[in-house]
Amino acid sequence: MKSEVMTNIIDGSGSEALLKVRDLSLSFFQYTSGLRQTELRIISNMNLEAYSGEVLAVVGSSGSGKSLLAHAILGILPSNSRLSGSMEYKGQSLTQEKKEELRGKEISLIPQSTTYLDPLMRISDQVTGSVEKKDKGLMRERQRDTFQRYNLRPDVGKMLPHELSGGMARRVLVSTALMSSAELIIADEPTPGLDERSLDETLRYFKDMAKKGCAVILITHDIEAALKISDRIAIFYAGTILEEARIEDFTNEGENLRHPYTRALWNALPQNRFQKMEGHQPMQDELNGGCVFFERCSIRTEDCSKDIPQLKRIGEGLVRCNNVS
Amino acid sequence: MKAESKKLAIFTTKKILKLICLMAVVSIASLWLVDQSPIDPVSIYIGAMSITPEQKAILEEYWGVNTPAHEKYLNWLGNVLKGDLGDSLIYRMPVSDVIKERFTASLALMASAWLLSGVLGFVLGIVAGMKNGTWVDKIIKTYCYILLATPTFWLALVMMLVFSVHLGWFPVGLGVPIGVAAEEVTVLDRLKHLILPAIALGLLGVAPIAMFTREKLIEVMSSDYVLFAKARGEKGFGLVLRHGVRNVALPAITLQFLGFSELFGGALLVEQVFSYPGLGRAAVEAGIRSDVPLLLGIVLISTLFVFVGNLIADIIYQFVDPRIRQQEMEA
Repeated sequence: MKSEVMTNIIDGSGSEALLKVRDLSLSFFQYTSGLRQTELRIISNMNLEAYSGEVLAVVGSSGSGKSLLAHAILGILPSNSRLSGSMEYKGQSLTQEKKEELRGKEISLIPQSTTYLDPLMRISDQVTGSVEKKDKGLMRERQRDTFQRYNLRPDVGKMLPHELSGGMARRVLVSTALMSSAELIIADEPTPGLDERSLDETLRYFKDMAKKGCAVILITHDIEAALKISDRIAIFYAGTILEEARIEDFTNEGENLRHPYTRALWNALPQNRFQKMEGHQPMQDELNGGCVFFERCSIRTEDCSKDIPQLKRIGEGLVRCNNVS
Repeated sequence: MKAESKKLAIFTTKKILKLICLMAVVSIASLWLVDQSPIDPVSIYIGAMSITPEQKAILEEYWGVNTPAHEKYLNWLGNVLKGDLGDSLIYRMPVSDVIKERFTASLALMASAWLLSGVLGFVLGIVAGMKNGTWVDKIIKTYCYILLATPTFWLALVMMLVFSVHLGWFPVGLGVPIGVAAEEVTVLDRLKHLILPAIALGLLGVAPIAMFTREKLIEVMSSDYVLFAKARGEKGFGLVLRHGVRNVALPAITLQFLGFSELFGGALLVEQVFSYPGLGRAAVEAGIRSDVPLLLGIVLISTLFVFVGNLIADIIYQFVDPRIRQQEMEA
């Protein structure tokens, strides 16, 4: 029954999404004190849609498990994890086998730091990736073109990861995504520690990718960066999505935003009202079955503490709240 | 670049000074031990023969029984500085010649054992690491633990019993066949005598390198860069080869060079069991029969041998591995 409702909500939006994530939950098994096994839930009932030609930002605080969402889509989660829910890519179910087939080809990850580069391999070999001999020349050429486009000197290709400066590393990581004809690009926290200019430059790369027809998922903790280039922003909080809103809704005092958390987040920005939000994001073991935002919510009712509110469509956006319409 | 050459100069100077100190300490300690030993070289030399007091005095003079240790050492040191290691008392030829001949035989043994343990250990480690947690991994791990608990001489004895005595595949001992003139000994003969001791010595070196490679590979395979490689579609053996082996090889080779001392110690025991005419056996002879010049010569050459192993490991660590250079630059 529930999933039927979901389908109706999500399919109500017109054109077909490239990637649909429905009711995704992710948990880890851990051994605590001896042989007792506990299940640690990181993501619960997560829903996402990525459209070709659009940038979707997933914004959430650092360490909240956003990266694991990327790993779940790519099928590179550790073996002690358990994934439930469903994913669809181009209308087909995205199974583990399918993920393995598509990753590196149609689905690309842009990782967050140079630790994702092999410390002993030359940059050019890493950027071109593991290719068959016959394609090697072609890939080299493509790599050189990409380097030129991203303002990387040809000799950068001969360097090892530790020889790259921060800005260079960022561009190298971005260029790995352009080696394949990727249609879905997932950028995991690509902007930390960048100065204003490099930040804008990096963000522009993602915008360009979207303009060329890719679907870009930008996973970040930086809502300002997300606001600069995204078409839609999904707010990730305590393991789930509280709201997904179009960029146009982020204006003035946030009156077009539906969820109280999104509104508070918007009003906390210095250029807006610079208003501090009370409380903290609950840890997974602090959740008690009700709305994850219950403790901090200004418009809560008694019902909110009983069940997790369903995600519902209001106008152009999705929201997980009982008390808005 | 300038910083690099400065680092190299400091490195070289430090190492040379260290080597000189090490050799001085080791030679003094060895001489002191021989001097303290209750063995009377003359009575061992003459055995059950009866000799006159005059003859005994000549022999005592020859073995230097009455010369004080420090005088012996200074004489020896003076000659060594002139490039003369002296004459061996038991072989009655220059120490340098004895060492040259014995060391060549030992080197062949140690080199083949070293390669065997290195290659086999590395391959086993990679396989175990790749199959982490499966029965293949468990078998390899168990095998390594058993090997680690096995005394060298015992393994050598068992192998000799099985393969030489019972099966007769290999000669029972020695470096060349008995009753064949030195000129007629073929390379094949030498190889036949080398195989069993080399395997015995090599097998024991497998465990540490295999366990290390396994650990390291598991670590590498759970790194961010392997995760990213997977995200880009790499998988299976290709992935292990492209990223795993590349990142494990250097530390594994370093460890293998650090194992020179165990290799030399093991060779000593194995040579003893197989009566293999290497440096190890010469060292035992020299020690038991108080052949001071030969013993000190061997001590020097073995110190140098182990030192070179450590030196190569250091060079790989500090100058070849870019990860170390990176850490230094960040510091």
